Amino acid sequence: MTRVMAGAGSEIRIAMRNRWVAIAVAMMALFALVLSAAGSAPTGQIGADKLSVTVASLTSLAVYLVPLLALLMSFDAVAGEIERGTLPLILTYPVSRGEILAGKFLAHLAVLGIALLAGYGVAAVAAFAFDPGAAAGLPALVRLLLSSLLLGAAFLGAGYAVSAVSRRPGAAAGAAIGLWLVFVVLYDLGLLAAVVADGGGAFTTGVFPWLLLANPADAFRLYNLAASEAAGAAAGVAGAAQTIPPALALSLLLVWAAGGFALALLAFRRVRP
Amino acid sequence: MLTCSRVTRTFGAVEALRDVSLSVAEGERVALLGHNGAGKSTLMKTILALIPATSGEIRVAGAAPGDRAAREATAYLPENAAFHPALTGREQIALYLRLRGEPASKAGSLLERVGLEQAADRRIGTYSKGMRQRVGLAQALIGRPRLMVLDEPTSGLDPVSRREFYAILADLARDGTAILLSSHALTEVEARTDRIAILSKGRLVANDTLANLRREAGLPIHIQVAARPETVGDVARRLDGTRVNGVRVDLTCAHGDKLSRLGQIAGLGGMIEDVEVIPPSLEDLYTHFSRRADQ
Repeated sequence: MTRVMAGAGSEIRIAMRNRWVAIAVAMMALFALVLSAAGSAPTGQIGADKLSVTVASLTSLAVYLVPLLALLMSFDAVAGEIERGTLPLILTYPVSRGEILAGKFLAHLAVLGIALLAGYGVAAVAAFAFDPGAAAGLPALVRLLLSSLLLGAAFLGAGYAVSAVSRRPGAAAGAAIGLWLVFVVLYDLGLLAAVVADGGGAFTTGVFPWLLLANPADAFRLYNLAASEAAGAAAGVAGAAQTIPPALALSLLLVWAAGGFALALLAFRRVRP
Repeated sequence: MLTCSRVTRTFGAVEALRDVSLSVAEGERVALLGHNGAGKSTLMKTILALIPATSGEIRVAGAAPGDRAAREATAYLPENAAFHPALTGREQIALYLRLRGEPASKAGSLLERVGLEQAADRRIGTYSKGMRQRVGLAQALIGRPRLMVLDEPTSGLDPVSRREFYAILADLARDGTAILLSSHALTEVEARTDRIAILSKGRLVANDTLANLRREAGLPIHIQVAARPETVGDVARRLDGTRVNGVRVDLTCAHGDKLSRLGQIAGLGGMIEDVEVIPPSLEDLYTHFSRRADQ
């Protein structure tokens, strides 16, 4: 464990020097502020407290931003070490590949956590400023924070796996962008097209909800919408959200987070320096 | 401390190492020589378990390479040591210390030992190649390693740093560390290692002390006799040597004839000014053994 922490400490220092912490925090805070400002109008019609509405819009934001941040931090993890030539030396140390990867993982997750706290914190402060009853939305915010970390963990693992398979930072960056496009954008578009073509048939009611769970980004969205009382504020997948219990979506998110790391370790173990 | 027996490593159809048997005992310094692509780095990487051997057996401190015990006993300095440019020398060494279970506070004294105390708190990105090499050496000194594997350790070091580097190695060897190092600079390993191993096209073609290799090769010894301008012709005729310039006569002789030849020269007394005996250099030996293996 001391070895993992040593690696994590070093990685956090590198993330701070490379301005990654500052960039991630600024990005999350800025988007959260914009969302809070934009979402201040329709509160009255929905009848939910201000924070719950903010959480609903933050969920749609996090689905895009959290995987992006996670992939941006992770794509260089193995490929960068190969490129710089630092990998062979570290592999001769009495430290396992799992410990090396776990150190990076903890550090990147911590950076992501700091950015999320800053972003969601800004949004929460804004919500409380306009609506004294916002405390009702606090559980939703906590759920959002924890599930965002899980979503980030899943994409960190995927990013490491891509990094180890690509072996070159340039190729890894390309593959990471591809991964983001497929899981966050194209997957949903494809499902949407299928649902439209199906016209409310067996696919839409039987297969579609499960296909949503097969993607960590959608599992994240489902969990937060299903658990939130303001699901109506961001309809769309609300129908599917009613079919799947939140606990199932959350446990699948956990499986994705663990699976991402396992995949990364598998890919890293195959790297020959 | 290190034993390689009949180690073979193939990359597809290419035999990078073939039947290499080599051992390094405690306190012994062995220089591994060879052309580029002769298999030096491949041998080191198989010893470090960075790449597995195709066949043959390697034992490091009694353990298989890659085992935790083997890794704890071994220090490695890669060719062109590289580190993260955003970390300072002190932070980088502190990380390596903690990975070996040592307190990070030792970083200062390690950096001092390799002459980097002034630059310890600057980022490695600003370091010169020689300074990065020193960081590499500092990390290799962590925790009194029992086996050191050094790949071209002195490349990028200036002559003074090289001397300091070999002084550190001598200290370590005195304390019982087994050292395997590769180098292109033959003259510097000549006096500073205990044994020479020569790899050629993946095969070990020589493995002995310098004196024994000289005897085995039987290469001629060069003797340079300095005479005076008025005696040089006479000296060349009497010694049956080659007159090189206005004062110098060159002779070559076999190892066994060296003393009788020197006696002859001494007999000339006042006709000569000076005499110099030049044994076959490591370059000559290296060429000899590499070429003999080709035939």
